[in-house]
Order: sequence, then structure tokens, then C-alpha cells
Amino acid sequence: MPKALVDFLTVLLNGVTLAALYFVVASGFTLIFGLMRTTNMAHGSLYMLGAYAGVSAYTATGNWLIALVAGFAVVVVVGVVIHLGLLSRMAGQDLRQALVTIGLSIIIADLLLAKYGGLTFQIEPPSVATGSVAIPFVVNGTYSAYRLFMIAVAAAVYGGLWLVLNRTRIGWYIRAGIDDRDMLSALGVNVSRVFLFVFALGAGLAGLSGVIGTTALSISPGEDGRYLLSSLVVVIVGGMGSLGGAVIGALIIGLSEQIGLFYAPTYSIFITFVIMAAVLAVRPQGLLGRPA
Amino acid sequence: MFGAKTGRGLVALMFVASIAASACGGSSGGDKVIKIGGLATLSGPFAVPGQDGFRGVEQALAKYGKKLASGNWQMDGYQIQLIKEGSDATPAVALEKAKKLIEQDNVDILIGPLSGDEGLAVKDYAKTVPDKTFVNGSSAAQDTTFRDAAPNFFRFSTDGAQWMAGLGKYAFTTKGYKNVAIVAEDYSFPYTQVGGFMYEFCAAGGHVVQKNWVPLGTKDYSSVVSNLPTSGVDAIYVALGGSDAVNFFTQYNQAGGKAKFIGGSITVDQSVLSVTGSFKDQLAGTIAAGPTADSATNQEWLDYVKAYKAQFTDGLPFPGLFALSYYNETIGVLEGLKAVKGDLSNKEAAFMAALAKVSFDGPTGHVSLDANRQAISSNYVTEVQKGADGNLQNVVISKADNVDQTLGLGATSPFLAQPVSRDFPSCP
Repeated sequence: MPKALVDFLTVLLNGVTLAALYFVVASGFTLIFGLMRTTNMAHGSLYMLGAYAGVSAYTATGNWLIALVAGFAVVVVVGVVIHLGLLSRMAGQDLRQALVTIGLSIIIADLLLAKYGGLTFQIEPPSVATGSVAIPFVVNGTYSAYRLFMIAVAAAVYGGLWLVLNRTRIGWYIRAGIDDRDMLSALGVNVSRVFLFVFALGAGLAGLSGVIGTTALSISPGEDGRYLLSSLVVVIVGGMGSLGGAVIGALIIGLSEQIGLFYAPTYSIFITFVIMAAVLAVRPQGLLGRPA
Repeated sequence: MFGAKTGRGLVALMFVASIAASACGGSSGGDKVIKIGGLATLSGPFAVPGQDGFRGVEQALAKYGKKLASGNWQMDGYQIQLIKEGSDATPAVALEKAKKLIEQDNVDILIGPLSGDEGLAVKDYAKTVPDKTFVNGSSAAQDTTFRDAAPNFFRFSTDGAQWMAGLGKYAFTTKGYKNVAIVAEDYSFPYTQVGGFMYEFCAAGGHVVQKNWVPLGTKDYSSVVSNLPTSGVDAIYVALGGSDAVNFFTQYNQAGGKAKFIGGSITVDQSVLSVTGSFKDQLAGTIAAGPTADSATNQEWLDYVKAYKAQFTDGLPFPGLFALSYYNETIGVLEGLKAVKGDLSNKEAAFMAALAKVSFDGPTGHVSLDANRQAISSNYVTEVQKGADGNLQNVVISKADNVDQTLGLGATSPFLAQPVSRDFPSCP
């Protein structure tokens, strides 16, 4: 195979695996927005909280799966507290909720800085996904097993969310709530409890993705802003509140970042935002979003 | 919860208390207070180095003076108040914080910033406030002092090219690396480091076959790793810092890469070596150069490390390059202040004149300033090895003294004809 093609295929795979991470991070963000119309600006900090919780659990046990569960569980609990303590008191006031979450994001990030300091942490991949796998069409003929594993994780998250949304009673409520909150409430559904469930789940997904991202890359102060931004771009491109949109948005952003980094490194950050601006100009609601 | 009335009463009480506290603070000690602003990065990729830089400042202050209850340091006849500000390694924020320190806090002397582009921005700002003294932190871009220098900007630390002194020759002659590929961040400090390495390496006859300039803050290096040549290069020169270096080495390791590494000065700094992760096994044998070496054995260094460990129980296993740079800068300032007995009158003219003449024996060697107020000092070539305690550390291969900003090439060398950049120097 010619080298240029091998290079290109490798970069595509890099883009898809990065997109898998971006999707898992953005899925919780878009879920919360879809139902609650709340832009959860603390999403990046919840990612970081999950990541550090995972680091602590991994240091204590040396088990990746326990770290993953810890990252998810800790942030679910924090999500429940945030929702009950703050957001549910200002239900329906989207702007106030967004502002409160900005404040929370700063507080959480600073508390984490105080506890963990500025050092960089990593989590070792689970034993099923260590080392590299032989793939004939990539550079060197091998590829990081963990990055392929991330695709499987993203697919599992997508599948799980799809099942919850489409095959369960709470999924009916959520989808109905996305269309018309007031009517759902009038039908006797306890909407605030549905909100609580969705917020906790979305927060938990942020925590889960924190552990996944820390294993693939690393965690250090400042990562919160990066992942909040990537989530925002992914859901803006894909369409706020749409799971399929998040998949497409993550793919576009992941691929454009990696292709940019390979072929035009100086402009790789720029390319991402050109795509976002172009999508906003042509389809302000995002590729799969519905007009507000 | 207390009601609105109690709340208001409490606020008033706190207000009174704070006035009382500040009044007491002002009346303790009759000496005049010299304000020093400290600027380092406390968020972003260089947060750990920033914390360590401030340790350097405080260690120097503790060496020359005594910390008072008010937080000031008592010197001989005057007090020093340290006001710290954190940036995020971007020139815009560094500039904003430098302005805040100079214009709002009215500091007399600014020590900082930490990284290359920040240093260039602060140097340009220094020209607009000629009656304040600016002393570098650890920023190490060449042109902060080499071209278009600011008369009130002093640098008692060596620059990123000086930090490479000895490495190019060692890589070519002793290690036998003929062809090298480069991965470095795309801004002034790595340009300077790569340039300093290439001055010697190219002059010796080596070839740099590929340069990968990646945007600062890139987290996912997988496509950069894919782009590296799989054959025909003997080593990869990596100039990344902090969490970025950790990410690159991890991904190179996960992708099955086997090449040897040549490190920039912050690539194998303690802030990277003290992270836990399986990538570290591959770092053993990495050669690098820089102004510090953990395993140096001269008495000044041993004393310095001992004092660092005693003063900062939460510090790094060894004071890093950033701690040393900020330490040397602060020593320079304190020596200058001592020479004029804390006299900053007449737009700090006497102080600046004294500062330009300061020279001292620092932890790693003699430090003096050239005509551009740039340090001439020592440099180490090091190799990463596993210590007896299992921690990775830099072992000294060789040391060069009195390295000037041209690495001995002289200011008229063709290698110094242009500023270092993405494309210059070049020896494909």
C-alpha cells in the first residue's frame, strides 16, 4: 500500500478513536440539554472530578474497572446533590441554571487543584486493552489496543442510551419531555424526578468519560475547560439534545482535529472552529438538531 | 440560616475587623516595604512548574531574610512584600497580570514570567514602564534579551538555546546519532531549544530530517506519532513540557514506538519524571541538557537542595529547572538591593545599574550578566537513569561553565544571523 494511503488511514483511525472519547464526554452534556434546556457549564469540571475520583480508586485498588465505576458513581452522587440543592430550585430558568453551573465549575476545579495539586496523573489501561494490536493498514502495522477499546466503550454508551431512551418507560418520559414538558407534567408524570434522573445520568457519563480520557491521555488542571469546549462544539455541530447528532459532531471534530494535526498542524485548532462557524451559518440548530 | 438582619450585622462586624487587622498590619515594623511582584503560571500545562518557580522565589527570600508574621520578609533595613499572580502560559494573560502587578499593586520589581512567549510580551511591556525593574522568571526565548532588548529587563537565568549547550555535540559524537526527527511545541521557547540543539548538531555534521511543530496544548498526539519516520532516524528530539510530554510519551509507547529520545530541557524535568505511568520505562537512556542536574555533587547544589527539601515538604523530589531559574533571578534581585541598601529612588536608576553588575555563585555555577543583561552561566548534559530508590533522575554526563548566549559561536555566526524559527536553522 502506498505510504500516503497508510498515513491517511492511520489518521482516520486516530480521528475516529478521538471522536469516541469526545462522544462519550458530550453524550451526557447533550442529554441534559435535550430535556432540561440547561447548558451545564460544569460538565468539564464533572469530567475532571470523575477523572480524579478514578485516579484515587485506581491508586487504591489497581483495578481499571473499579476506577471506572468510582468515576461514574462519585459524579452521579455529586450530580444528584447539585440538582436537588441548586438546579431544582430554579426549574425552568435556563439562564440562571447556566450561570450557577459556571460558578460550580470554578469551585469544583479549584477544590480538585487543592486536593490533587498541579501534577499530571494517568490510569493504566485494563489488561484486555494494553499494548498494541496488529492492523495491516496503519503505520508500523500496529495500533494502540486501548484506543480501539475506546470505540467499543463509545458504542456501548450509545447502545445503552439508545435502549434507555427508546425501550424503557423513563425513556418515553424523557423523549416526551423533550417535546413538551408542560404536557408531560399535565399527564401526571413527576417531571422533576425525570429531570433528576437525567441530570444524574448525564453527570455520571461525564465522570465515566473522565476515567476513559485519563487512561487514553492524562488528567491535569485545566482539562475541564478543554472538554467543556469540545462538548460544546460537538453538540453545536451535531445539534443540541440529539444523540445521533453527538455521534456525527464528535466524528467531525475528532477527524478534523487529527487530519489537521497531521497535514496542517499550525491550523488544526482553527479548522475545528471554521467547521463550527460554517455549520452555524448554514444550519443554526446543528446538523441533526430541530429548530427551537 | 440566619436572617437578613443578622447577616448585615455580621458583614459590618467583618468589615470593622478587617480594618482593624489592616491597621495593625501597617503599624508593625518601621522599615519601608519594597514590593516585589511574582508572576508564574498556576493553571494550564505549566501549573506544576509555576508552583515550583514560586518555591524558588521564596527559598531565595528565606535565604536572605526572615519571614515576619505579616507575611513580609525582613531584610537589612527594609522589608520585602511578595505579591504573587498566576497566569496560564499565554502571553495575553501574562501581560494582563504583569500590568495588574505594576499598575494596581504598584510593585517596584517584577519577577517573572515563566514561559517563552510570555517573556517576549512582558519584555515589550517593560519598555513602556522604564522606571520599574523587570527581572525574568524562567522564560527562555532567545530574543527576550538577544535582539531588541529592553534596558530595564534583566535575566539571571540562561535562555533555551544556552540550555542545550553540549547536547548536539554529545548526541553526534558520543551517541552516534546522525539523523534526528523533531517533535516540539509551536512557539518561541521550543524554537530556541531546537535552535540551540541544532547549532551544535548541524555544525558537527548531523541532519535534522523532519520537524513536527505541534500547537501548544495539543493533548492527542496520535497523528504526530504516526507521522514520525519509522526508519532512517537514530533518535527523536522531543521538546514538550508538563502534561503534554506525558501524553506524547504515553501515546508513542502505546503505538509501539521504539526510537531513542533526546529531550529538551523541560521534557525530562522532575515535573515529568515524577508522574507515574508505564511510559517512563522508555525514558531511561534519554539524553538531554539543561541548567540543572539532580545528581550534581558540588557543595552549593547540595546545600541548595537541602534547603529546598527542608523548606518545602510538599515540593518535588528535586527542585526543578523552574525553581532554580526563579531562585537565581531572586538572588540577583536581592544582591542588587543589598548593593544599594534598598534604595529605589530616582526611578530605580542606581538599583538597575547595580543589578547589571551583580554576579554570584549560584547552586549550579557562577552567574554574571552580559551587555544585554543576559546571564552567562553553567550548563549540564544529562542522561535519564533509574536511581537507587527507583525514581528516574538526570545523571550528569558533562558540565560547561560560562556558556554565553551564542554558545561560543560569536554573535556574527551564520547560525545567529536570523532569529530561531520553525525553519531556521535548517540542516535536512
